[in-house]
Amino acid sequence: MFFSFELLFEAILFGLLLGCFYAAVSLGLSVAFGLLDVPHVAHPALLVVGSYGAYMLGDWGIDPLVAGFLLMPVFFLVGMLLYRFYYETFERRGNAAGVNGLAFFFGVAFIIEVLLVVAFGVDQRSAEADYIGESLRLGDLRLPYRLLIAAAVALVLTVVLSNFFSRTFVGRAIKAVGQDEGALRLMGADPVRIKQLAFGIATSVNALAGAMLIIVSPVEPTMDRIYIGRTFCVVVLAGMGSMKGTLAAGLVLGVTESIVLTLFGASWATAVAFGLLLVMLGVRPQGLFGR
Amino acid sequence: MKFWIVSALAILSAVALALSGANEYLFFAGFVVLQAIILATGWNILGGYAGYVNFGVPGFVGVGAYTALALHLLVGAPLIVQIVAGAAMAALLGLAVGVLTLRLRGIFFSIATIAVVFILEAVVMNSRFLGGATGIQLTRPDDVWLFGTYTRMLFVMMTLMAVVALSVARYVQNSYIGQGLRAVRDAEEAAECSGVPTLKVKLIACAISGALLGVAGAPMPMYLSYIEPLSTFNLHYAVIALAMPIIGGTSHWIGPLIGALILGTLQQIVTVTISSELNVLVVGVLLVVFVVAAPDGVIGLVKKWKTSSK
Amino acid sequence: MDMIRRKLLGVASSVALVAGLATGGSALAADPIKIGMSMPQTGPLGGGGKAALLALRMWVEDVNAKGGLLGRQVEFTYYDDQGNPANTPGIYTKLLDVDKVDLLIAPYATGPTAPIMPLVKQRQKLLMGNFSFQVNAKTKHDMWFNNAPWNTAEGWAKGFMEAGKASGAKTVAILAEDGEFAQNLADGARPYFKSLGLNVVYDQNYPPTTKDFSSLVRSIRASKAEIVFVASYPAASSAIVNSINEIGLGSQVQIVGGAMVGLQFTPIAVNLGSKLNGITNYHVYVPGMPLPGVESFLQRYTPRAKAEKIDELGYYLPPFNYAIGEMLEQAINATKSIDDRKLADYFRKNEMKTIVGPVRFDANGERANVRLVTAQFRGIKNKDQEQFRNSGKQVVLSPAADKTGEFIYPYSKAADAK
Repeated sequence: MFFSFELLFEAILFGLLLGCFYAAVSLGLSVAFGLLDVPHVAHPALLVVGSYGAYMLGDWGIDPLVAGFLLMPVFFLVGMLLYRFYYETFERRGNAAGVNGLAFFFGVAFIIEVLLVVAFGVDQRSAEADYIGESLRLGDLRLPYRLLIAAAVALVLTVVLSNFFSRTFVGRAIKAVGQDEGALRLMGADPVRIKQLAFGIATSVNALAGAMLIIVSPVEPTMDRIYIGRTFCVVVLAGMGSMKGTLAAGLVLGVTESIVLTLFGASWATAVAFGLLLVMLGVRPQGLFGR
Repeated sequence: MKFWIVSALAILSAVALALSGANEYLFFAGFVVLQAIILATGWNILGGYAGYVNFGVPGFVGVGAYTALALHLLVGAPLIVQIVAGAAMAALLGLAVGVLTLRLRGIFFSIATIAVVFILEAVVMNSRFLGGATGIQLTRPDDVWLFGTYTRMLFVMMTLMAVVALSVARYVQNSYIGQGLRAVRDAEEAAECSGVPTLKVKLIACAISGALLGVAGAPMPMYLSYIEPLSTFNLHYAVIALAMPIIGGTSHWIGPLIGALILGTLQQIVTVTISSELNVLVVGVLLVVFVVAAPDGVIGLVKKWKTSSK
Repeated sequence: MDMIRRKLLGVASSVALVAGLATGGSALAADPIKIGMSMPQTGPLGGGGKAALLALRMWVEDVNAKGGLLGRQVEFTYYDDQGNPANTPGIYTKLLDVDKVDLLIAPYATGPTAPIMPLVKQRQKLLMGNFSFQVNAKTKHDMWFNNAPWNTAEGWAKGFMEAGKASGAKTVAILAEDGEFAQNLADGARPYFKSLGLNVVYDQNYPPTTKDFSSLVRSIRASKAEIVFVASYPAASSAIVNSINEIGLGSQVQIVGGAMVGLQFTPIAVNLGSKLNGITNYHVYVPGMPLPGVESFLQRYTPRAKAEKIDELGYYLPPFNYAIGEMLEQAINATKSIDDRKLADYFRKNEMKTIVGPVRFDANGERANVRLVTAQFRGIKNKDQEQFRNSGKQVVLSPAADKTGEFIYPYSKAADAK
């Protein structure tokens, strides 16, 4: 493999941009799994649905980023309904964290995958926009606009969510319900309604992330599989439920993946997220920033 | 006793069928159903008995398949040796995964098993000896003793392996390992406190489950005369291995068998009449329906019907 | 009244039965010749596969309109393998054991074809190859005949190298997809590059599912290679072209391309548009080549392709797939049989006349008379399909007999050339 410091520097820069994108994609899972403890393996599948949604809206000439925003309310409702169903069927009956909850979400993820194949075929789809395919030229360096935009959106999302959870009443209630549901109930708030709201928010963030996904790379229905690795890696690395931790963890993953890609070639790229995940689970399961 | 009589009958009928002039394709398709039985039975030892959901089924299947391939390429090993070696390597993998992750909560174990799949896939993709992403073609012996074609011999071999898998599951269920696993599934901390050696039984279950999954994977290179990583390490195996025991019932060794027969038949019907895409949809939908409405599977439904009709 | 009606019905049905048996009897004597295959209709190779399938269907229609082969109608059975090598062994087993076809055609492309080679050898079936590359090298099946106009890796790379010779470049980067086609080609190209005294400064494989080539393109640029030889399948070819335009290969690159499959599919070429400019790639038919049979075939092909919304220009696979049909037709009519061995012997010994010219096979079942074209994309505009009908858009650099222009280098200059 060819190596030079210039190449490494570019790889790190690229990795930081990519890492922001990975963080954005994982924010929803940080809420759903990190804060609410729902074994939401279908999160990446919903991400891909968001991408296809942006793709379909693109057929009507709508820019993918705008499409992402338009999809957010729809996904919010979907998230609320999904959580409600999960709660009624599993959490209430008390067999949530066991085989059944996981199997349910796994089944949902597969159903989504197959429906996407039936609707769109197995081919790759890409979004079209003026900024996709062009890059910012800084001397010899070329930074693709698609990554710059995805990184920018990711940063904004992180800041917004972080503030939401620490400053608003609802946000703090969501954090509280993850920590001590009983105490929250004593204070008069309904934990189920709050969790539903949180899941709705997590899913709507996913819609925007999905739009970014199709800006950053072409999508095809089975992409959710590798994103299970990337999103869970980020969430585990972050330690449960921290938004800023998610951003930092995303950057770690992005840079690691980029360096591996540059030094060892494309055939190890898919294993990086999963490898990092296993290492964290083995060495420090509470994550880099968790308690 | 009844079990052994039925098993012997099953093996004898498989042999008779293979010796008859039945259409070759029957054995080609039959292999898939038998493989499904072994997958479901193997998965259930850890998933059903102990409650630890292994999503990494393709990893174990892949280890079995690629170990068999390696032996075939290196020393031209006969099929039975390939299967035993595949099972052994997969058992080791099971132990390794268990040691690494069994201290963690349920969902982390499951996510870790998915990680194993992709890491193993990357290892194969980086090995030119194992074919990389391109894959490897194999030549099978033309004339096979007694059965004529290799496919028929494979069919009989898989029937034998299915019987072995079912008897292992039955033994585990009725032994102290099974009791320990049930204690782990129902209340792990309480079991630990009562002196059940939970880590030990979980590791044994990991190894046995892994070994059976490896048995399901080992004959694959010879079955298709071709093997490549993307389809071998496909998460599709994970969904089937999960769905069949849940549909059949996870508490008893016969559950996976029932689930495999129901799902296998349905899949073949859907593939032939509608399309092969939709057969994956059928699996997913049935899985979700049963998990939501009938978590104890067909066994549970039968029990309920029996008690309600009394 | 009822008794009479029943009796009448009985007589009527007996007459019908006898009549049916009589005509049914003669129908049995002319039961169809079944030809079967799988073809990628979806998935990364689908763009090419659908066009190829239309050409084959047209041949079946033409042959049946003429009365069939040996007085029997041709029945064509095909499945979609999605371009996935894992699907073809099962499909071809089904074709042989369930559909019970008489003759087999291979799926388009090396990837889906490789897995079925051991199967067809074991079953001793003739297999008509379909644009695959050296797929028979390991299996050495003696009843394999490939319609593609290429043979060895050296022959392939030679055109590319000869085209770029004027630039005097000395360093090579090889980027090859980890799949049967690209690996076969790269394995053969490496010793050839060495024999030319070139220095290989970069040599990497990538998995077929790779979507982002930024790191790879950056690494190639950092290696300062002057020749960039790429062997890729359609999805990756598109992504690589996009990445080259987005990240840049560096000013030292003289020639880029070589064996990028997919740039010949009209929809992909139209989609990439001006990003293709400067790239030097292989092709099998470029407008202007003296093949009147192809021109008249395409005139019939284009309206049907348009109606079915597939590759309208059809410059790549369709004429060659029609040629597969023509070759089968000639062999069956000459040997008056559909026996695999007899047809294979005929193919081995004879030269066939097809719309893509004369076809002769060597001992391995590959083309004895090679005619692979190396062409450079020039002055391509975005979103314009009809421009490809002009020969100036793909300037043929080699072989000398088909040359239509001079190679422009370095790559950056060629990319801007009109």
